[in-house]
Amino acid sequence: MGIAKMAASETILSVKDLRVRFRTLDGAVEAVKGINIHVNAGETVAVVGESGSGKSQTMMAAMSLLASNGEATGSVDYRGRNLLTLSKSELNKVRGAKISMIFQEPMTSLDPLYSIGNQLIEPIRRHRGLNAAEAREEALKLLRLVHIPDPERRMKSYPHEMSGGQRQRVMIAMALANDPDILIADEPTTALDVTIQAQILMLLAELQRKLGMAIVFITHDLGIVRRFADRVYVMRQGEVVEEGEAEAIFVNPQHAYTKMLLAAEPTGSKAPPPANAPVLLEGRNVEVTFRIGGGFLAGEPLMLRAVDHISIRLQRNQTIGIVGESGSGKSTLGRALLRLLPSDGLIRFGDRDISQADRQAMRPLRRQMQLVFQDPFGSLSPRMTVGQVITEGLLVHEPNLSGKQRDQRAVEALLEVGLDPNARNRYPHEFSGGQRQRIAIARAMILKPKLVVLDEPTSALDRSVQKQIVELLRKLQADHELSYLFISHDLSVVRAMADYIIVMKQGKIVEEGPTEAIFSNPQHAYTQTLMAAAIDVTRFRLSA
Amino acid sequence: MLRYVLRRLLTAIPTLFVIVTMAFFLMRVAPGGPFNQERGLSPEIRANLEAQFGLNDPLWLQFVHYLGNLLRGNFGPSYNMPDFTVTELFAKGLPISVQLGASALVLALLLGSVLGTTAALNQNKLGDYMVIALATAGSTIPTFVIAPVIQLLFGLTWKLLPIGGWGDGAFINKVGPVLTLALPQIAIVARLMRGSMIESLRSHHIRTARALGLSDWSVVVKHALRGAILPIVSFTGPAAAALLTGSVIVETIFSIPGVGRYFVDAALNRDYTLVMGTVVVIAIFTIVFNLIVDVMYAVVDPRVRYD
Repeated sequence: MGIAKMAASETILSVKDLRVRFRTLDGAVEAVKGINIHVNAGETVAVVGESGSGKSQTMMAAMSLLASNGEATGSVDYRGRNLLTLSKSELNKVRGAKISMIFQEPMTSLDPLYSIGNQLIEPIRRHRGLNAAEAREEALKLLRLVHIPDPERRMKSYPHEMSGGQRQRVMIAMALANDPDILIADEPTTALDVTIQAQILMLLAELQRKLGMAIVFITHDLGIVRRFADRVYVMRQGEVVEEGEAEAIFVNPQHAYTKMLLAAEPTGSKAPPPANAPVLLEGRNVEVTFRIGGGFLAGEPLMLRAVDHISIRLQRNQTIGIVGESGSGKSTLGRALLRLLPSDGLIRFGDRDISQADRQAMRPLRRQMQLVFQDPFGSLSPRMTVGQVITEGLLVHEPNLSGKQRDQRAVEALLEVGLDPNARNRYPHEFSGGQRQRIAIARAMILKPKLVVLDEPTSALDRSVQKQIVELLRKLQADHELSYLFISHDLSVVRAMADYIIVMKQGKIVEEGPTEAIFSNPQHAYTQTLMAAAIDVTRFRLSA
Repeated sequence: MLRYVLRRLLTAIPTLFVIVTMAFFLMRVAPGGPFNQERGLSPEIRANLEAQFGLNDPLWLQFVHYLGNLLRGNFGPSYNMPDFTVTELFAKGLPISVQLGASALVLALLLGSVLGTTAALNQNKLGDYMVIALATAGSTIPTFVIAPVIQLLFGLTWKLLPIGGWGDGAFINKVGPVLTLALPQIAIVARLMRGSMIESLRSHHIRTARALGLSDWSVVVKHALRGAILPIVSFTGPAAAALLTGSVIVETIFSIPGVGRYFVDAALNRDYTLVMGTVVVIAIFTIVFNLIVDVMYAVVDPRVRYD
């Protein structure tokens, strides 16, 4: 950022009165409503907003990457030329060369059918007219630049052979291949684990120092903004509601929406239950092993131990946070404890040993143990009304209820999660992500459970909505003395929800203890890395 | 990969055995036999014939004999065309059916892919609607309508093509039957291609390719098409097996001496050995083409690995 500040503050990209419309069956939807944004050479600009704010569509429009039913009006001037009116061949001399872009989805943004080398070489040859051997040398240089180990070998790798973080590095290498003036980074770290997030952000900062391009961060993550951005645009519902120097916006936000965003971090903490509270769920040496491959003439299967000798004790009114990165086995553990997956070891629920209980034996217990999933869009049947969705469990567990009684229970459950009872006659697609997650919670609560496993219930939601859901879950716990297993990779949410934390890595517990102890004094190196990465990104502004 | 192919070929043996066994006994469950048609042979002659072909032996013994002959590559004599063995019939007819079927398949894959891609690139525009209309017509109009229409227009009215016959494999004789065979397949391929191409064009890596400023040709052909081709590859397996083993309707209407008619004729006449021969041939084609498809999959998609 030092060099960025020193660079001439010539405006290289200026978006004027940009409007983006999408033609839909319900008529035109205006996603971006006449905004003005500019980017100076070498600076870092953040466009911040929650989902649906139009922040991504603004940049998609600038790059002519809108979906086929979208159209943009206004102007996007890059060094005196309006990108919106350029011919396709002229535009393609700017895209990928002078302005390039990386995306939120590192797992799917590379072509799965071509090697990394092939995909890197293609834009280099196209924009610089190098021959194959020269372009290959350039590609290797780029892989070294983004710190991909063993680049010679990686040139021949396919995307599926690389991790999400490595793929995002390759994306960055492709974007920087032709020495762009502007790199647009659309939520570049959202899909990555927190330790990888920090690495990618460090890499971007380092590359900006070396190469001096301007970066436009499109993000919902205020931590990134605070740490990296020189200037900020806050967007809401297609409009820029506030803009200014990053420092000023954080110290002295003007617009109510900005203030709300800044205050949206979940706060508070949960007191542990009394020491003599009864134990609701206990697992001893729980193990889950997946078998991969094998079979007739196919050799020995590969055995993967997803959960490795884990013991856990959950008391009434307690919340245990299970923390770990993707692949650590935290969701598998949650499912094994509910007997949704076969496992070895001892599992007790209340005073019953359910280690080997089959479906039949588990059924009467199911109503006491409920599950809420991460994806509020995929976990509600689109063909059932909300009322049907949330009362379905009653049909199984309280078959004697009349239709009227079930309806009454649905009303109560919806009121309890803060939704209008009329919601029960509507369909899930009519609701926002946060409302759907409330519906999913109502579906669990209507059975009056004792244990709820919450599997990343807030990860797919905007920060401000996350906070509301966290508060709802805490209220429900207090009202009903619920026990939660709270599975999450998001440390700030876990800190606000859980009174005890288990840190998992590769199927094993690496550290556990009361929340405050873990946060104030993490012992294990992995926990420390996790904390450092999270705190780096969300709390402090480091000088670059 | 080689190991995988060998394993698949090995597992084909029990598969074939099950198919042969089921076909053999199912056929015998059906009433009647090869020598009791309405014309009626005298009881003595019939008894002689049945004795000669071993049809009086217990069923299990007949099955053992049949299997034994099959293992030696001997499909036995045809009961209804006693001058020929089943092997001879296939040696003569199969190349004809394979030629027609393969030509139709290649035509369908090429034309269908082009049409489907064109439709996808013009989604919800005129070009798309035209392809959809064509595909709907192609898959709803049955071959026994298409074939006579082709004969009528190209053969009788415009005198461009012969009305029928094989003509010792002259190109002009193949046009009609190949077109008739290909049309419904073109429709299916075009529909499949349209769907998978639309999906492929929406995928994130296509957005990346566009953001990198790659040419339309590269975006569409190199990046979108290769991914979109996978459903077509899997469709090609069963389609090839069906097309290459002949079509009763097309071969009958165009008087083509292929093997497509054998299955129906043989089944109606209870020509046991010919039915069994057809079953084995179709089964082998199906197994081989499915294997080829799976191998092709791994060639197109590096994520697919067999070991």
